[in-house]
Amino acid sequence: MELLYAACVGLLVFCGVFLILRARTFPIVLGLTMFSYAVNLFLFASGRLSINKAAVLGYSADYADPLPQAFVLTAIVIGFAMTAFVVILAIRGRADLGTDHVDGEKTSQDKKVNV
Amino acid sequence: MMQHLSFLPILLPMLAGVTLLMPPFGSHKKIRRIASVTMSIVVFFASLALLLKVQTDGVVVYAIGDWSAPFGIVLVADALSTLLVCLTTLLGVVCTLYASAGDDEKGSFFHPLTHFLILGVNGAFLTGDAFNLFVFFEVLLIASYSLLMHGGDKKNTRAALQYVIMNLVGSAIFLIALGVLYGVLGTLNMADMAQQVSQLQGDDVYLAKIGGLLLLVVFALKGALLPLHLWLPNTYATAMPVVAALFAIMTKVGVYSMMRVYTLIFGDEAGELSHMAQSWLWWFALATIAVGAVGVLASKSLRKLTANLVIVSVGTLVALVAIQTVEASAAAIYYLIHSTLVTAALFLLADLIGRQRGKYTDQITAGHAIMQPRLLGCCFLVAAVTVIGMPPLSGFIAKVWLLKETLHANYAFVFWPLYLIASLAVLVGVTKAGVTLFWRHQNTVLANNEQQGVNLPQIIALLILIVAAPLMSIFAGPLSEYALGAASQLHDFNDNIDMILSGGQ
Repeated sequence: MELLYAACVGLLVFCGVFLILRARTFPIVLGLTMFSYAVNLFLFASGRLSINKAAVLGYSADYADPLPQAFVLTAIVIGFAMTAFVVILAIRGRADLGTDHVDGEKTSQDKKVNV
Repeated sequence: MMQHLSFLPILLPMLAGVTLLMPPFGSHKKIRRIASVTMSIVVFFASLALLLKVQTDGVVVYAIGDWSAPFGIVLVADALSTLLVCLTTLLGVVCTLYASAGDDEKGSFFHPLTHFLILGVNGAFLTGDAFNLFVFFEVLLIASYSLLMHGGDKKNTRAALQYVIMNLVGSAIFLIALGVLYGVLGTLNMADMAQQVSQLQGDDVYLAKIGGLLLLVVFALKGALLPLHLWLPNTYATAMPVVAALFAIMTKVGVYSMMRVYTLIFGDEAGELSHMAQSWLWWFALATIAVGAVGVLASKSLRKLTANLVIVSVGTLVALVAIQTVEASAAAIYYLIHSTLVTAALFLLADLIGRQRGKYTDQITAGHAIMQPRLLGCCFLVAAVTVIGMPPLSGFIAKVWLLKETLHANYAFVFWPLYLIASLAVLVGVTKAGVTLFWRHQNTVLANNEQQGVNLPQIIALLILIVAAPLMSIFAGPLSEYALGAASQLHDFNDNIDMILSGGQ
């Protein structure tokens, strides 16, 4: 289970970093979302992976660590707000700069599309 | 009421921000401005009261919801954090006052966002819990994203886009670091973490090291340490000057977090991991100073020049943090206050000068003559002398003190020449800017309808910052004693741990 879990986190980070390095706003938004999924999974795992353990007292003989679950909830809420903000900012950036490149410079690809 | 005093610097800005969104404050310009300035003054006095209480009663530990440490979140108000909270709230007063002259109408929700930013910064200074630190970082960041866009143009959008993406990646790395540290240490209360770090064994040591160094990346990004400083000049130079003045405290949040984490958690008592970040911090700090100094020489506008001065100050602060002695930390505390106030003053001055030069704005080229050369020139002179570090103002005292403390560091023979040459570069850069802006003009003044004299709120706001420099050198004695006390509190490992974990009793 640990191996599968770690591989999932690793794959998500890989995709996220790759997309962020594309330097265009839409791939970056997708990349940041994937990266934050990976981070949430990773945070969850910091309380150790276990099966059939409740995080609330009195439901099972053994208990899972409830704190990482609280961390993940917080991180999800914050990540959601930040993603919403960056989407709006990306739309404004496209309107203001005329391109979706983060440096605001038109590349050869943009010219091809315009032709 | 008194026992909740350490929560007020967080609670009051939040209430202020929410109140300012509601009628009648939301709809009436004048009422909103008066209310906003009043509330920031109230917050400032609440912080001052907290500072005095900490001075008389010692460290105040406030367990939120009465969940005692290490299980709940605690706020730790000690000499250093309350001093920085006072500095932040003072900057809040200055910026709300300055913006009330008209800048707050150039976009929406300036006043509520400013209060939310102050809430985030105060929280980051006061908290004693690493995850809570992350939460307050996010609060201050999302307020800063919106403030950065306030009244912005196209250049501003580009800078904001880069700033937001950089910081989102930074936040993700912060969470990974916290996950690693929690997995190894089983706690995120800073005092408890410090205790656990010294008992680590085997592979866990390396995991904790990875976590600690990832945290360093995050703090270096927030504090704009080389090579993660590239976002800063554009962001600060394209933001509205009053917003940039408020942002002067934000890089210091990163530096402050470094101070906390690498003196308390990974400090003297951390066994194998003690002082693990020191060598990294030292060399990167030196490089930051060098790059900032080159930036100062190359700047084409006063705002960009000031942004590069911020980079120089971050480098200097981090170098002092890397030395990790009580005296060096005390010098860092003094320098931190001095540099925050003077860079904020320079940003406001750049705005006022720019308004009186029409289309030339604050670019360092010959243009229209400034309408009020005496008033602005005197202010600029004081700010310039302070930031360069010439006697008799606070910059000089800070510089002499930090040079004295670096004398015994391991690589002082690298630091001294580098820092002095950087100071020379700052001297040349700032003098060139001043001479060009004030003296080398085309003898033309803008037409009457284009002229913008300095308003009363603007000049009061500016004078608060300018007057701080002579005051800081007149009261250098008590201030440096306070800084030494705060620094020795910061370095007193056992006292810190006992105090926080026992809930301040």
